[in-house]
Amino acid sequence: MAIEVRIPTILRPLTGGAKAVQGSGDTLDELLADLDAQYSGLRDRLVDGTGLRRFVNVYLNDEDVRFLGGLTTTVKDGDTVTVLPAVAGGGR
Amino acid sequence: MLQIPRARADHPDEACGVIAGPAGTDRPERFIAMLNAARSPTFYEFDSMEQLRVWRELDDRDEEPVVIYHSHTATEAYPSRTDISLASEPGAHYLLVSTREPEQAEVRSYRIVDGVVTEEDVQVIGPGQEAGPRATAGAAE
Repeated sequence: MAIEVRIPTILRPLTGGAKAVQGSGDTLDELLADLDAQYSGLRDRLVDGTGLRRFVNVYLNDEDVRFLGGLTTTVKDGDTVTVLPAVAGGGR
Repeated sequence: MLQIPRARADHPDEACGVIAGPAGTDRPERFIAMLNAARSPTFYEFDSMEQLRVWRELDDRDEEPVVIYHSHTATEAYPSRTDISLASEPGAHYLLVSTREPEQAEVRSYRIVDGVVTEEDVQVIGPGQEAGPRATAGAAE
């Protein structure tokens, strides 16, 4: 089983520079656990005590997983998961 | 500069966007205004689906986000604590426009890497001009 996960520039130091990695799992949560076993520390950049981090966007194919099931989102062979840190900030 | 009229149009909300350029060249060439999904005078955030569409487009075109810009509506054009903690593109130049003064826009640029802010000069170039020492020498002749 292979799910492609596209890695943003800021996280590539954790994947040895790789822009895309492969993982497996039936849910996003399982997939991230699998990736963390391969690339230590990766999961912590995406997940905190409340679930997926507020300012990290995770997409399953063409959809934002916030509108699917968050960490419980079902994933399957052939899917592509894309991670993009939110571009945000403010005047304070 | 292009982003000044846009920031005024979005004032009192913060305006935001990207200037894309060919990967590895550090040349900002293609201006992409983005919706501020937060629609706030003190916060900006790219809409997540618009960001996906634009980032995929950059990838297809072999481009990078060379400049990420946003406006400060009531404070100076310096990165706030939030700007610094959320800066997520280590290769980008963070351009800030302050629209707090109605007549005079303040435009400044910074690198923000691992929480460290370094200011840099901003040179405004017109259409038909190239950035770089070779072009500057040509203009002086």
